[in-house]
Amino acid sequence: MLSLLIIPLPLALLALLIPSNRWRPLLLPVAGLACAALALPLVFSSQLVVGHWFSLDPLGKLVLLVVSLLFAGCGCYGFGYLRMRPERDNRVFVASMLMFLFSMLLATLSRHLGLLWVAIEATTLFSAPLIYFNRNRHSIEATWKYLLICSVGIALAMLGIFAIAYAAVNQGVPVDLQLVTLLQLGPKLSHPWLQAGFIFLLIGFGTKMGLAPMHTWKPDTYGEAPGMVGALLAGGLTSVAFLGVMRGVQVMAAAGLMQSAQRSLLILGLLSVALAAVFMVRQPDIKRLLAYSSIEHMGILAIGVGIGGAATFGAMFHLLNNAFTKGSLFLCAGNLQRAFDSKQLDQVHGAIERVPASGTLLLLGFLAITGSPPFGLFQSEFSILRGAFSLHQAGIGIALLLLLGLVFIGMAGTLLPATLGRSTAPVQKKSFGDTPLTVLPPLLLLAVILLLGLFLPEPLHRLFNGAAALLEVQP
Amino acid sequence: MTEQLLQLLPFAVILLGFYVLASQRLRACVEAVALQGALISCYPLLLHGFEGQALMLSGGALLLKGIVIPLMLLRAMRKLQIEREIESLIGFIPTLVVGVVVAAGAFLFADTLPLALEHHHSLVVPTALATMGCGFLLIITRRKALTQVLGYLVLENGIYIFGALISKVLPAMVEAGVLLDLLVAVFIMGIVLHQIKREFSTLDTQPLTELKE
Repeated sequence: MLSLLIIPLPLALLALLIPSNRWRPLLLPVAGLACAALALPLVFSSQLVVGHWFSLDPLGKLVLLVVSLLFAGCGCYGFGYLRMRPERDNRVFVASMLMFLFSMLLATLSRHLGLLWVAIEATTLFSAPLIYFNRNRHSIEATWKYLLICSVGIALAMLGIFAIAYAAVNQGVPVDLQLVTLLQLGPKLSHPWLQAGFIFLLIGFGTKMGLAPMHTWKPDTYGEAPGMVGALLAGGLTSVAFLGVMRGVQVMAAAGLMQSAQRSLLILGLLSVALAAVFMVRQPDIKRLLAYSSIEHMGILAIGVGIGGAATFGAMFHLLNNAFTKGSLFLCAGNLQRAFDSKQLDQVHGAIERVPASGTLLLLGFLAITGSPPFGLFQSEFSILRGAFSLHQAGIGIALLLLLGLVFIGMAGTLLPATLGRSTAPVQKKSFGDTPLTVLPPLLLLAVILLLGLFLPEPLHRLFNGAAALLEVQP
Repeated sequence: MTEQLLQLLPFAVILLGFYVLASQRLRACVEAVALQGALISCYPLLLHGFEGQALMLSGGALLLKGIVIPLMLLRAMRKLQIEREIESLIGFIPTLVVGVVVAAGAFLFADTLPLALEHHHSLVVPTALATMGCGFLLIITRRKALTQVLGYLVLENGIYIFGALISKVLPAMVEAGVLLDLLVAVFIMGIVLHQIKREFSTLDTQPLTELKE
């Protein structure tokens, strides 16, 4: 298990040492594929690895699966992408990518709340240079907002962890920040402190997930970062931050405060979906549109866990669906931005004509992310809605349905004209078309979501069930 | 002795927070934040006595919050030739008044939370909350990117005070990680400051508003 963690470190060092700008990016697919190859057997092995600092439970396994496969895809794409940007020195970029991978893996494996916090904080620091890759006014503004807002968020999460620990100190119970200890202590923890701690944890890691109203950095950051970085942030980092929130939910459930945790999740979740839906209508910028879509899906995840029951299973399934689909969408949006030299709707028209593969994939990705059958998101959103209606939360179910309809209209308004129709903008001299390395990763990611919508294999089903079981009210 | 210090320390820490809110001279602000960092690094020792881990935590915080990070900021100020005055979105006196209100609120709120017996008289929780409030105010109301970094540091100081209460349950490795993260965060913010200055030839964050709906 630890060999997984050790892979990215020497490669990051190597990235700093390799002099060739052309061959250095090869480290990205190497690291991604190696980690994915090591992670897959870990995720699907039935034996439970339990260590003191590191271990894998179904929740960690699920996020590990998402992060490692997504990085493998983005790594291959990145090799192709950086070859098209030979004018930019990519030394820091490649090294930061690998350290970013390391810190995300560390977060999925850690069993100690303090270590988890350090890992998630490290993801913020290592992703900042990635967002600033284009080195212009807009990207510096996006990087500054990202750093400042996320650092404050992460600081609040630390306060939350401290308050959770104090919930035990206050009762005179000996405690450490091992998740196991906190879960065992459960009912003995002081309730006011635990509740305060959970709220801070939710706000803190929620800032990193991009839950409203702490989402303000997200459209700017995703809009200005390169497509592959957007894919990793929207698919991988948000899942890792969600894992942080879920660790808090586990402690709340163990202490018998699940209802209070669910209420907070529902409020933030509904607010996120509603706010994202409003801003998606008439959104002229494709990447910003995808950023709002990411806020929406983080809201759906929070709502799923907030409802509980069948909806929690739906949320676990949705985590995987959202990560892969959003990854594919951001990679395609990057391809379009290069082909048209713009990401604004007034410049990008009829992408299917200019870049057939990326345009078609973006259109299919749009259908997938809005929950159209037969893609996996239809299944997961359906489970969440079914959970809502069967658990007498019909009001939430109806509100969610209406908002999802609004989101569909908003996304269609931007993405349909961008992909369909005739391409009007003049072709630049140095225009980028589709290449295998920039088309295959998003194609494969989307194919997985299509297959999962048609058939959910038994091991995955077990994994989702296991993860959902961790978030149930403990007897 | 320890008791008296624990009584005095909160007032010094909170007053320094107010001073940063009210002061217009950037250099004085950095120095006040450094002094605040040095003062709060005493908390683990005062709360837990002279023992290995408390000593390490205090020493680490004194070194980073009191010396290294302020020096980094002063160096950045020199290199970037930042004007001394700070501009605020709302006036300095109104910010200070809000700060006082926030601090009073922190004391009232902390009164409602149950505390362990040995922490009843130490005012640790309200001091932490009030300091965090000052940090928040700085981040929200100031336009200079450097002052926003100072706000972040004051916020971190507040959290450190609270963390001192539970530093017994945190392994040394995690504490080291926390302090290291803080250092790297400020370091990266420093680099970004430099880039903002180069791109916009000012450190004002007001021009950083091109990205919006």
